[in-house]
Amino acid sequence: MEKTRTTPLVLMLVFSLLLVIGINLDEVQVVLEKATEICLSCIGIG
Amino acid sequence: MGLRRWIQAIAVFLTNAYWKFPFTRNIYQGDLKVICAPGLNCYSCPAATSACPIGALQNFMATARTNFEAARYHVGLYVIGMLGLIGSLVGRMPCAWLCPFGLMQELIHKTPSPKFEIPKFLTYFKYVLLGLFVLILPFAAVDEFGYGVTWFCKYICPAGTLEAGLPMMALKPELRDLIGWLFYNKVIILMGFLLWMVLSRRPFCRVACPLGAIYSFFNRYSVFRMIHDPDKCTHCQACYLGCPMGVKFYEGPNQKDCIRCLKCLQQSCKFGAISYEIGKVETPQPAKNHL
Repeated sequence: MEKTRTTPLVLMLVFSLLLVIGINLDEVQVVLEKATEICLSCIGIG
Repeated sequence: MGLRRWIQAIAVFLTNAYWKFPFTRNIYQGDLKVICAPGLNCYSCPAATSACPIGALQNFMATARTNFEAARYHVGLYVIGMLGLIGSLVGRMPCAWLCPFGLMQELIHKTPSPKFEIPKFLTYFKYVLLGLFVLILPFAAVDEFGYGVTWFCKYICPAGTLEAGLPMMALKPELRDLIGWLFYNKVIILMGFLLWMVLSRRPFCRVACPLGAIYSFFNRYSVFRMIHDPDKCTHCQACYLGCPMGVKFYEGPNQKDCIRCLKCLQQSCKFGAISYEIGKVETPQPAKNHL
């Protein structure tokens, strides 16, 4: 029986945890606030 | 048009679905922008309905110091978690199937011209851009108030110039008075990449994309993996000649630049030496011309 690859599972667990922590820290709101303003840097002005 | 093209087109539409912008003359400001698109798509594109993960990450780095001082520990775990989850599932696959800028490069490359290969040493440059312009400089180079700048967005990103800079200049004439050397510099970078896209396969993806650089770390460890059968491989190089990223699959599967477009499996290899597995379950080859 082939050995199950645990590395992808561990990675998924770790990054899912980071995602949940980020959501709990209210980073989602920060992303929304930045993304809904015109980014002057992105368009080459400031 | 194969399945992958259809999925790419749908992804472009879904990440840029705000078609009211010619009337509102502004970017989308709705709640869908909490979602970071899995591909590179500037959130200041007037049609964009999602956030850019690289832009978001730089913003977190640029405000990290002031946030720490205010006991707000925002370092972009939401973005890192999302990118890591996608990467650990499928590796660099979003580049081939979901990224609007990647699709654009593939289409522009169809322009008839002499074609040139990109030297392998240049492909390491994207890691320099990721480390320096996305992570370190936004965090370290701060002003007197402790705020940094989104270095990659501000000085380099051609996707931002094309998708946001030029359309916004058209939509908002008042911005044109603010154009300076920074804008012209970014336009020159954009023009350079557009020309390079004609001459070489996916140059931005291979040389400069920080998002691709992040996903590339996961290729060897993701649930989805490519498989190479050396017993069937004849080293005919058909996989390399047809690969949009110039990957020599016969030198080993799951290389960092493999975007899992499956073109080698579908169209190139005539010897059945290429397949893929999902979570240790080897899948049969899809029907020919399916992609």
